[in-house]
Amino acid sequence: MLAIIDYGVGNLFSLRSSFAAIGESAVVTGDPGIIRLADRILLPGVGAFADAAEKLRASGLADVVVSEAGKGKPLLGVCLGMQLLFDRSFEYGEHKGLGLIKGEVKPLRGYVPEGLKIPQMGWNSLVFGNQPGTLLKYVKNGDFVYFVHSYYAAGCGDSVIAVTDYGAPVTAAVQRGNVFGCQFHPEKSGEVGLNILRAFCEVAP
Amino acid sequence: MLTKRIIPCLDVRDGRVVKGINFEGLKDVSSPVELARYYSSCGADELVFYDITASAEGRRLFTDILTETARQVFIPLTVGGGINSTDDFDRVLKCGADKVSVNSGAIRDPGLVGRAAKLYGDQCVVLSVDIKRVDGQFRVFAKGGREDTGMEAISWIKRCVSDGAGEVVVNSIDTDGVKKGFDLEMLDAVCNAVEVPVIASGGAGCIDDFITLFNALPKVDAGLAASIFHFGEVSIADLKKAMAAAGIPARI
Repeated sequence: MLAIIDYGVGNLFSLRSSFAAIGESAVVTGDPGIIRLADRILLPGVGAFADAAEKLRASGLADVVVSEAGKGKPLLGVCLGMQLLFDRSFEYGEHKGLGLIKGEVKPLRGYVPEGLKIPQMGWNSLVFGNQPGTLLKYVKNGDFVYFVHSYYAAGCGDSVIAVTDYGAPVTAAVQRGNVFGCQFHPEKSGEVGLNILRAFCEVAP
Repeated sequence: MLTKRIIPCLDVRDGRVVKGINFEGLKDVSSPVELARYYSSCGADELVFYDITASAEGRRLFTDILTETARQVFIPLTVGGGINSTDDFDRVLKCGADKVSVNSGAIRDPGLVGRAAKLYGDQCVVLSVDIKRVDGQFRVFAKGGREDTGMEAISWIKRCVSDGAGEVVVNSIDTDGVKKGFDLEMLDAVCNAVEVPVIASGGAGCIDDFITLFNALPKVDAGLAASIFHFGEVSIADLKKAMAAAGIPARI
């Protein structure tokens, strides 16, 4: 069973539907007991970093996620949920993340060339890094996924398993051991996205 | 490279797609779920469901069918039609919509865009504008293009974008239904006024109209159309291939 963390951020309908579509039982929950029982964890997120980080901490779920991931339980952060995995974010000030993967979240503005629209909204292709391995095993280099974001993860070193080209290389997917993240929305990326979720569901707990 | 999006728009009344759409292999030509699945498999980058229902019962049928579609189709879904309040945003977002498009609702209540953007994020709020030239000015029309509001379109769009609209659909009444191509002059004016994605609507009659659009106006992000896709005059798969062949970034 997979636990989709419900901490009052974003719309979880599509994520839940995606797991149903690949035949994986998923519960949307904010209950630490259920999260501890789950085989794997999905950390969603839409909106502002500070607000989401605060909600995750205030609910006590930040500690649960960090300790479960520390025990080796597979964890996938999606969109803002991915950004929360890093050390810190510079979205409107400086805010602490979960520190599960080394790196920090910075604005696309000033990083990508002038004239490109922010947010990056739409379909862009994955450019595999050295170790696309586990999470991207069912997708091809160059496959398209759906992005909506104004900030990106920088300084993640060898955790980057795929980037996308938005005038500059933008972190698209990361992995550090059993902790994974997608900047794009797999639940909105058609068959390619479902295949990424499928691969995550096969990561051994 | 970010691709140019191709977006079919389905008009839905009482939970059924208006004007039966005729494709080989579709069992139920008016089922939004089947059509959404079909378009998604052909390479549509997003779908717009436009609710033209007038009754409360019809609205309930619409949300039921939206829920069913969102359970089965995993590309972005935008819902428009009858969006007059943040409660309406809430209603369709809970059923699986990713974005909500406002048109007349924003004209009646100019605070709506700002309130919705604050609650759900800019990326969720799509401003849709019906524009027609009147006395040499781009004018905003309401009520499905029947009523001249007297408002100048570019300043209206700028205002809504600064309030938080994350995307703008520009529907030219002047070219709509004519099938002689998109309204490049109008779209250019909008693209030069705002930094958010601009979606062109109204006027496409053939594949070349999309090629011309994206070549002439690189700032346009997407092309939206309805009947030419539904009646098979333009196949999305062929359109995507033609775009790629013309050097326009397309998801294939």
